Formats: sequence, structure tokens, C-alpha cells
Amino acid sequence: MKVRAQFALVFNLDKCIGCHTCSVTCKNVWSNRKGVEYAWFNNVESKPGIGYPKQWENQEIWRGGWELVDGKLQLKSGSKLSRLLNIFANPDMPEIDDYYEPFTFDYARLQNAPLSEAAPTARPVSQITGKKMDKVRWGPNWEDDLAGEYDQRAKDVNMKGLEKQIYSQFENTFHMYLPRMCNHCLNPACVAACPSGSIYKREEDGIVLVDQDKCRGWRQCVSSCPYKKVFYNWESGKAEKCIGCYPRVESGMPTVCSESCVGRIRYNGIMLYDADKIEALASTANEQDIYEAHRSIFLDPNDPEVIAAARRDGVPEDWIAAARRSPIWKMAMEWKIAFPMHPEFRTLPMVWYVPPLSPVQSAIDQGQLPTEPDGVIPKADTLRLPLQYLASILTAGKVQPVRDAINKMMAMRSYQRSVHVEGKADLRALDAVGLSEQQAKDMYQLMAIANYEDRFVIPTGHAEVSLEDFYAFQGQNGFSFGNDSSPGISGSSLFPERRKDSVESLAPAPAADER
Amino acid sequence: MEFLHNFIFGVYPYIATTVFLLGSWIRFDHEQYTWKSDSSQLLSKAGMRFASNFFHFGILGLFLGHLAGLLTPHALFLAVGVSDLTHQWIAIAAGTVFGGACLLGAAVLWLRRMFNERVRAASRWMDINILGWLALTAAAGLFTIPTSIHHANAGDAATMILLADWVQSILYLHPEPALVAAVSPVYKFHMFLGMSVFLFFPFTRLVHIWSAPFAYLGRAYQIVRAKRVV
Repeated sequence: MKVRAQFALVFNLDKCIGCHTCSVTCKNVWSNRKGVEYAWFNNVESKPGIGYPKQWENQEIWRGGWELVDGKLQLKSGSKLSRLLNIFANPDMPEIDDYYEPFTFDYARLQNAPLSEAAPTARPVSQITGKKMDKVRWGPNWEDDLAGEYDQRAKDVNMKGLEKQIYSQFENTFHMYLPRMCNHCLNPACVAACPSGSIYKREEDGIVLVDQDKCRGWRQCVSSCPYKKVFYNWESGKAEKCIGCYPRVESGMPTVCSESCVGRIRYNGIMLYDADKIEALASTANEQDIYEAHRSIFLDPNDPEVIAAARRDGVPEDWIAAARRSPIWKMAMEWKIAFPMHPEFRTLPMVWYVPPLSPVQSAIDQGQLPTEPDGVIPKADTLRLPLQYLASILTAGKVQPVRDAINKMMAMRSYQRSVHVEGKADLRALDAVGLSEQQAKDMYQLMAIANYEDRFVIPTGHAEVSLEDFYAFQGQNGFSFGNDSSPGISGSSLFPERRKDSVESLAPAPAADER
Repeated sequence: MEFLHNFIFGVYPYIATTVFLLGSWIRFDHEQYTWKSDSSQLLSKAGMRFASNFFHFGILGLFLGHLAGLLTPHALFLAVGVSDLTHQWIAIAAGTVFGGACLLGAAVLWLRRMFNERVRAASRWMDINILGWLALTAAAGLFTIPTSIHHANAGDAATMILLADWVQSILYLHPEPALVAAVSPVYKFHMFLGMSVFLFFPFTRLVHIWSAPFAYLGRAYQIVRAKRVV
């Protein structure tokens, strides 16, 4: 057993209102720069839809993620050798139009246009060429709230196996939001694909980063990430991606997307896992078993054996404590209501999703939905959102775990309704799904009330163990004579290196007990 | 005239090599963030598989061909039974194939860089220049082939041997510019262009060649970095 801690997230889709606050705060903080105008480290998609970039989930097109070749894990884009031979022109590379051509508007025109009969217009301007664009044809969220024609959106690969024509009818159409960011996977395909070894996973918290100095712009990560969450900065020629807001997380703060989420749908926490099991579990033969395999990699932070092993492997005490209070553990492991997105990509993603229920009140009022015994909570299989569709996204198509999760969430609602409306607890719904009353109360507290301190259980980073000389760091950090922010990767330097260590006495005083 | 000749074929190679090595080292040391292939594939993918592969495989073939053909000691060729004339014909054939591929790829890439709006907008002055320079060098190299064929047909490989001897004289630090004083200007022009590529090298995207990721083949898939002091 090799215990590592992972900074993980859960998004409760049931409460996502598609406001894009997460995307906008993220963009303003991290990618509001030349070369990454088109890049959204966080975005929110309307599903069903082909998403951003177009058809990102369809690995027949992009060949992202992993596959099993004779039972062994290999990147779907090919062996190491074949990928190096294709390095001069990556055959799976998306083009800027697969995202969208970044644009702004000629706002100045509104003020300086000569007087005319018609009001002046601010025409779109390409942020790459600076030229006027005739028409904006695609954008970061072109399908927002089911915009566009159904046939186009229905190319969504998750619609496979569904009767597309039925769901094209207005009465049957369904919709959900899917906020997406880097999954900081346990078995990241971007790391595995990087020829220069510039992408890495941090041992302390599992955040996946691109070493900007070491990146050579081979762009293999861009195509190999099945979630298309590594972006090529066309100005700097380097790969960029979500950094898990590590400067915030190290200080014990949630990521900026989580902090700003007005629906309070985002949970940040720590999960302990067994790093020795990654390869074996990601190689699970049946795609539909990967979700369960992924769950089995997590270690119970209350198990004394695990705690001992975690201490041995250098996981700090407060991190183990945080893992015990982890909201992620509760939702993914205890209640089994959160799922990884597209486990069949075999990257073991660490942003998990609570499936959404559907708005049902008017349908129930009209007596159109069969309900549970309480007469107000509908049966999972009758919901507007086809379970098969959710299962395609969350469990490689296996419906039962998703059905169970939705049933639990509805049972929790049914119970709470009985308490608050009827005035006496009705446990029938809970009994039917195997939840205890206390569990239902805990679920309610975490998911419905969603207090800040319950959503975000983030231990601070331990700079004192990561810096060779933290007193010197404290005194000198931030004051630079140039080219100092990054020490690069070279062991030796052509130029005199700036020494950052603080001087200590060469002959320290003897320890007290030696006197 | 002799001064200029001696400069270009006696001193210039050392200037170019020094700038090439020292410049690369300084840039790697000091500006590693700028060390990259600087791909523009994101902005325009059309034709890239064709053009970029032709260009890259062509130029790699040319580089290795020049390396083997010019730096292998003459005696070694003879010892393994490669006569001068055979050597000359191999050089002509390989040069035509790889030179043609390189020039074709470079020309398409250069046109793309010049006339594709997005790629042009993202191009720096040096991106356009170095690509054009490489295409010109390849073209000048191809232009020497008729002369070489003429030599080979006459059963005379002396010029090629002279050129190899000159390159080796540079390498062994006793430059003999006089060796190539009498060779056809088509060769001299190509040599000057070629040496200049090394001079420009550290100031262009060419530095990515140093970082050819062969190590990837022997590496484990996953990389984990520890921040703690180990």
C-alpha cells in the first residue's frame, strides 16, 4: 500500500443553474491573456450537446484517454514510438475552430461612428488576426440552454442507444448543465502523453501541472486528454491547463470556481488512495466495472491501518484529519451518490458528479408521473432525464448505480418533506433505499444546506517541509533580480546562481544535554 | 577576394559554431520559457500532416546524410569498400530525395506562414525568416546536384572529397579554406547558407531540435513530483 492524498471535487449537478459564474471567475483569474483567449479551464455545457471543444467526448475522433491493448494500458493515440513518429504534425490535434475563434467587439465604433440614420454596430473582431469577422459562428457556450437545432446537438455521443427522435419532441426534451474542469486524474493521459515529461502530478495533493519551462510544445497532451482540458497557448507555444488554483488550495482556500459558485454545488476535499493500485484498476477489463474499481482505490481514513500507512508515506496529520471529514468521501463512498465522469476513458478522474434530478412539480400536479408511496416524489425511471443518458456520462452506461443514487436523493427529499410539511418523520422512502435517518439528515445538511465549512474541507499545504530553507524563502521571496521566479530544470547553470539559503553558524552551540 | 574567402571558409564556421553552442546554452539557461517548437498547428491544421512531415523527415535525412558523408574519415569509407564514386552517387541520390522532400515541405509551410491569416498573425519576424532561409538552403543544395552528377558521370569524385576534407579540417581545428577555393560557386553558396543556419539557430525556434524527446521511449508513463525535500 502506498498512501497518497488527492485534492478532489464533487459537483452536485442537481443544483447547477448554469450561470457560468465559475467559468467567468476562472477566466478572469487565470486565462485572461493573449494566446489563451479561447481557453476555458472551467466551462459549463448544456447537455445534450456536442460541447466544447466540439464532440470532445467522442474518442473515435480525438483518440484521447486510454485503451486496453492485449490487457495492457496504452494511450488511445498509439504506442510511444508511433506517437513520436507523428510528432511533427499531431494527427489528433484539435484546431482553433473546434473550440471557437476568440473574438471581441469593436466597441469604440459605438462612440466614434459618424452621425447616421441607423445606430452604429460593434462588429466582432478576431482576437487572433485583429480583423473584423463577418459572423461569429461558434462560441464557448454556443449550445447554451439547448440553443441550436436538435439534430446538431443530438450528435452528443451520450445519446447513443437512445431514441433520438422521441427526445426531439418538445414535450419530451430534456436538459442538464455539465460544468467541467480538469479532473486532476489519478491516471492522467496528459502526463503519460507528454514527450518532454513536463506535465506532472504533485505528490502532496495530486494536482496536475504543466512545467512551463520544460514544456516544448509537442501538443500531445492536448489531444491525449479525453476531456480536452489541456490547451495550447498559441502565443507562448506552451500547454496550459487548470492548476487546481493551487496557490489558493495550499492556503486552505477552495478553488476560485468553487468559491464563487452561487448554487453552492461544488465540494472540495481530500481523498486518500492507494497509488500502487492505479495501473491495475485502470486496466479493469469491462468498462462498466471501472466506476466500482475506481471506488475501490480509495482508502478509509478511519481505518487504523490506513492511518499508519499514511503517516509512514508522509501524509501530514492534518491532512489525514481532513480526509476523515471529507465531503467527497461521504458522497462518493458512503452514500454512493457521486460518480466520476466517463470512467471508460480510464484516467480515473477526480472531479465527481452527483446526477441531477429533473424538475417535476408540474408533471406531478397533473398526475402524469407515478410517484413513491408519499404521493409527491416521482419514481427515478419516470424522470424526464433518461437514466440511460446520465449513465452514459457517469458510469459507462451502467444504469443501476445512477438509479440507486437518484432514488437515495429523492428518498432524502421525501423524508425531509415529511418532517417539514407533514410534521412527522416518514421513513418509508428511506427504508426502501437503505438509508438511515441519520444519513438522510447528513445528506440534507451537506447537499441542501451546504454550509461553507462543510463544502470545503481543505488542509493547508505544508511549505515548511517543501522548502529547504523556509526562513530564507520568507525573507527573499518576491524580491527578484530577474529570471528568478523559476529555477528551471537544469541542475547546473551557466551563470552564477543566486544563493537563497540563510547563513547559519558553522559551529553551532552544543545541545543542552551535552553541556 | 581572398580575404573574404578565408573569412567565410576559415573563420565564419567557428563564429557560427560558437554562437550556435554558446547561444543555445545561454538561452536554455536563462530563457527556458522560450524554448519550444512553437507549433502553429492549433491555428491551421490543413495540409500540416503532409507539409510538416515532408519537411521534418527531409531535413533530418539531410542532416544525418551530411553528418555521415562529410565527417566519416575518407580512409574508413575505403576500408569498408565504399569507393569515392559510389559515395558520390549515394550522396546525389539521398540528397535529391531528402532535399526534394525538405524543400517541398518547407515551401508549403512557408506559403502557409505567409498567407494563412491566422498563422501569419501569430508569426514572429524570425519564424518567417528562418523557414525561408532553410528552404533557400535546401534549394541551393538541390541546385548543386546537376554539377555533382556532371562530376560523377565523368568518374570524378574529387570535389566531393575536397568538400569533406575541408569540413574535417574545420573540425580538427586547422582550417584550410584553400581546399575549397576552386570549387564551383554553387557549392560555396550552399555552404554559406548552411553555416548561417547554425549562426541563427539559438535565436529561432530551431532550438527545439536539442530537445528531441527520445527519452520518452524509455520513460514510465506517469510522473509524480514531490515538493518536499527528499
